[in-house]
Amino acid sequence: MNNQVYPEERIVITGIGLTAPNGNNLKEFRESLLAGKSGVQKFETRYVGEVLAGICDFDVLKYQKKKELRRGTRVGSISIYCCREAFNDSGIDLESIDRSRVGVYLGVTEHGNVETENEIYNISKYDYDTKYWSHHHNPRTVANNPAGEVTLNMKITGPHYTIGAACAAGNMGVIQGLQMLRLGEVDIALAGGVSESIHTFGIFASFKSEGALAEHEDPAKASRPFDKNRNGIVCSEGGGVYILERLSDAQKRKAKIYGEIVGYATNSDAFDFILPEPGRQAECMRLALGKAGLKPSDINILNAHATATQLGDVQECKAIRDVFGGEQGVWINNTKSFIGHTMGAAGTLELSGNLPAFEDGLVHQTLNLDNLDPECHLENIVFGKPKQLDKVDYIMNNSFGMFGINSVLIVKRHKN
Amino acid sequence: MTRDEVRQAIMDILGDIAPDEDMSSLKDDISLREQMDLDSMDFLDIVMELRKRFNIEVPESDYQELVSMASCIHYLQPLLKDHQLAS
Repeated sequence: MNNQVYPEERIVITGIGLTAPNGNNLKEFRESLLAGKSGVQKFETRYVGEVLAGICDFDVLKYQKKKELRRGTRVGSISIYCCREAFNDSGIDLESIDRSRVGVYLGVTEHGNVETENEIYNISKYDYDTKYWSHHHNPRTVANNPAGEVTLNMKITGPHYTIGAACAAGNMGVIQGLQMLRLGEVDIALAGGVSESIHTFGIFASFKSEGALAEHEDPAKASRPFDKNRNGIVCSEGGGVYILERLSDAQKRKAKIYGEIVGYATNSDAFDFILPEPGRQAECMRLALGKAGLKPSDINILNAHATATQLGDVQECKAIRDVFGGEQGVWINNTKSFIGHTMGAAGTLELSGNLPAFEDGLVHQTLNLDNLDPECHLENIVFGKPKQLDKVDYIMNNSFGMFGINSVLIVKRHKN
Repeated sequence: MTRDEVRQAIMDILGDIAPDEDMSSLKDDISLREQMDLDSMDFLDIVMELRKRFNIEVPESDYQELVSMASCIHYLQPLLKDHQLAS
C-alpha cells in the first residue's frame, strides 16, 4: 500500500484527448479555432424537431467493438475515445504500467437522461408495458457509467467515478484528478469532462421553455456570446480528457508537458437554481489567482464561460470587470461561439483550445461578435481574427453551472 | 416457420446482439457460449428480442433451452409455428 502524499507536488498536463464538434484531436480543433470554423449544425431531435447542435464525428470504432457500442452509451463512447487518445498522446504505454495506479475522473453535467428517454420511447411502442424495458437501462444510467466504460475498455483497475457539476464539470474533473495525484491515490489521472447531452430531447425542450435556446437561420452564427443579438445556448456534445501526472514523474519519463495547473478554485453562489451571481464568480477567480500566487495582470488569456444567454453573459462580464477591470494585458476569448455549449466537456475542451497558445502566442478569436452588447463590454475581447501576443505564460479558464457552481483553472506555460 | 426459418430468426437475433462475430461456421450442437463471446446480459437480450419480435415469453426456468442453436430450434419451433419470418 502506497501511503505517500505529495502536497507540494506540481501537477502537469502530459496528454490530451478530445472530440469537439469541429475537431477530433487537439491539432484539428486548434486549426478550426484559428480559422474561425464553427461546428454547429442543424440536428433533428425527438419531439422537439429541428434544432441547432454541435455534433462530434469521431470514429466510434477506433477503440471499441460494435458490441461495446451497442451495449454502452454515447457518452461512454466519447469517454473511451478521449481517454485512449489522451494516453496515446502522452506516450505512456498502457500495456507496461500498473493500471491499478490510474484513476478516471470525468465531469458530467447530467447522466442517464438519454437512456431513460430512449426506454420510455421504446415502451411507448408496446403500450407502455414495462416488460419491454431494457435490462441494459441500469448499467447505462448509473452515474459512474462514462468512467466505468473507460475502465472496462482500457482494463484500468484504479478508482473511477464521475463528478456531477453541471457546466462546471470539465474543470471539476481536472481539479479532482489533481487532488488525487497530490493525495498519492493514483500516479496517473485521466481527468476532464464529457457530454452526450444533444441526444436527450429534454435539454433542448427545457432550454426552449426557459427562453434560452439559440436560434439562427445560419447554424454557424447561432452561438453569439457577448453579442447584442445573442438569443441563447447551442447545445453540443463532446469530450476533453487530460493525462495528469506529478511533475517529477513526467520529468522522469521526459514527457511532453502542455502546461502546469498552478491555480484552481471552486465555490458556490448559494443564490439561485439557474441565475448566476457575479460576486461569487469573481471570488472564485480571485481564489484561483490566490492559490497560484498571481495578480490579475499576470493572466494573458482568459477563456470566458459565457454561453450566450441574455443574463448569464452580463453577469460573468461584471465578475470579470470586478477582478480584471482596467488590466490591458489580459485577452479574453470564448470557445462556445465556435462549438456551442459542450456542457460537461466545456471546461476541458475550451481550455484545450487555448493551450497551444503557449507555443504560438495566438489567442483564438470569439466568433460571431458583430455588435458587442455594451453590458458585456470588457477591455480586451478578441474578435474578428486571432490576436498575436509576444508570449503567453498564464491561461485562466472559467466554467460555471446551475446551482451556482463555479470553477476556475489557471495553467502556466512549462518550459520543456 | 420451417426449421430453417427458425434457425434464420435466431441467427438474425444473434447477429444483432453480437455484431463483431463471424457466425458462418456456427455449429448447431455446440453451446453458443463456447463458440461466441456471449454473457448473461446477451442471453437476456435474446429473451427480449424473442418477446419483441415474436411475442414469445421464455420463462427463466427455460433459459437452459437456449444453450445451443439445436436446442433453441427444438424449443422455439413449436412456439413459432404460426409465425412468419419477416422479409
